[in-house]
Amino acid sequence: MASNTQDAAHGAAESAPGMPQLDFSTFGNQIFWLAIALVAIYLILSRVALPRIAAVLAERQGTITNDLAAAEDLKAKAVEAEDAYNKALADARAEAQRIAAETRAEIQVGLDEAIAKADEQISAKAAESEKAIGEIKAGALESVKVVAADTAEALVAALGGKADAKAVAAAVADRMKG
Amino acid sequence: MGKLFFYVALALVVVSGLIFAPEHAALAIHPMDQFNVASLTGGAVSTFAITNVTLWLALAVVCVFLLMVVGSSRRAIVPSRAQSIAELTYGFIYKMVEDVAGKDGVKFFPYIMTLFMFILMANFLGLIPMSFTTTSHIAVTAILAGLVFFTVTIVGFVKNGVGFLGLFWVSSAPLALRPILAIIELISYFVRPVSHSIRLAGNVMAGHAVLKVFAGFAGALGLFSFLPIFAITAVYALEVLVAFIQAYVFTILTCVYLKDALHPSH
Repeated sequence: MASNTQDAAHGAAESAPGMPQLDFSTFGNQIFWLAIALVAIYLILSRVALPRIAAVLAERQGTITNDLAAAEDLKAKAVEAEDAYNKALADARAEAQRIAAETRAEIQVGLDEAIAKADEQISAKAAESEKAIGEIKAGALESVKVVAADTAEALVAALGGKADAKAVAAAVADRMKG
Repeated sequence: MGKLFFYVALALVVVSGLIFAPEHAALAIHPMDQFNVASLTGGAVSTFAITNVTLWLALAVVCVFLLMVVGSSRRAIVPSRAQSIAELTYGFIYKMVEDVAGKDGVKFFPYIMTLFMFILMANFLGLIPMSFTTTSHIAVTAILAGLVFFTVTIVGFVKNGVGFLGLFWVSSAPLALRPILAIIELISYFVRPVSHSIRLAGNVMAGHAVLKVFAGFAGALGLFSFLPIFAITAVYALEVLVAFIQAYVFTILTCVYLKDALHPSH
């Protein structure tokens, strides 16, 4: 082919020196085949290639948009789940505090009761004890009177007198008052 | 590793320069021969003859088919490399049409995509050594620019009626200047397809011719042929850039012209 072209080239160069571009005898041929080539390319592009590529691009755009929307959805769900978790956590904490407070109150009530009961017992015991002390004190005074009367009688006897029991007792009582 | 590779390549170039040195080291440079249109079956280049133009236009169609149809055939949500390139190209041109020509320009998107894909593939195929560059021919680019010109003009009149002539009547200028500006605008409007087509063909042709000139030097210099070969490497890299940029420029200008047709007011 190359030698063929070369020969033809020489032939053309001899017949039409200068630019082959200005050799008008070849224009018809070039224009005819160019028209066919252009129509072929136009049909290839407009019938097959361009609609197909446009469809592919649109489909890709759709896929990307869908994926982005799905990602947005999932993100919202994640945020929701986190909120729910936080809420559950807060609820649990509040519940725990409530239970603790309740328990504390219950214990306090029990404690108060026990303290009141103990106080009561203590005061009862104290009253009893006071009464016993009072009795003992009274007993002791009586004993002192008897002892004093006995002693006075003995003293009167020792001094040679005759002790009148009634007078002695009155004297003792009188003395003890004073 | 890169350094080693470089030295091996350099040695290969020098050795091949010695082995394949032409017997008569004459400076025979034919930079324009690569643009010759020749029949592949032999004979004259008639209108319906199968020529190297036919072959390389067909290859451009096949490349567009491979990239845009076969590449996107799996319709994957996570694209393969080929599908990524197809989608990027789609998005690139779609956004360009939408941004430059406006929302109502989007219905012309398949036409503009056709232009871009064809020019891009033809430019890149033309960079294959020994290939034929269809977009280096003014016949091809003039048809492309003419299609844009007539489409834009017809769309302009259909959409706006006589109001399309407002494109030439600069209502923001002082009244006295407006007729002069109208003439200038009119001339610039009709020069559009010329510059539109010559820009593309001229850029592609010039780059390829420069490559061929350096290749001719390489053939004549023998042992020192590596010098022009380095130059070819550098120019080739630039040409890869130009191949894309010219396709881009042609397309974005189409969008600008389309915007004028859809919204003719200044």
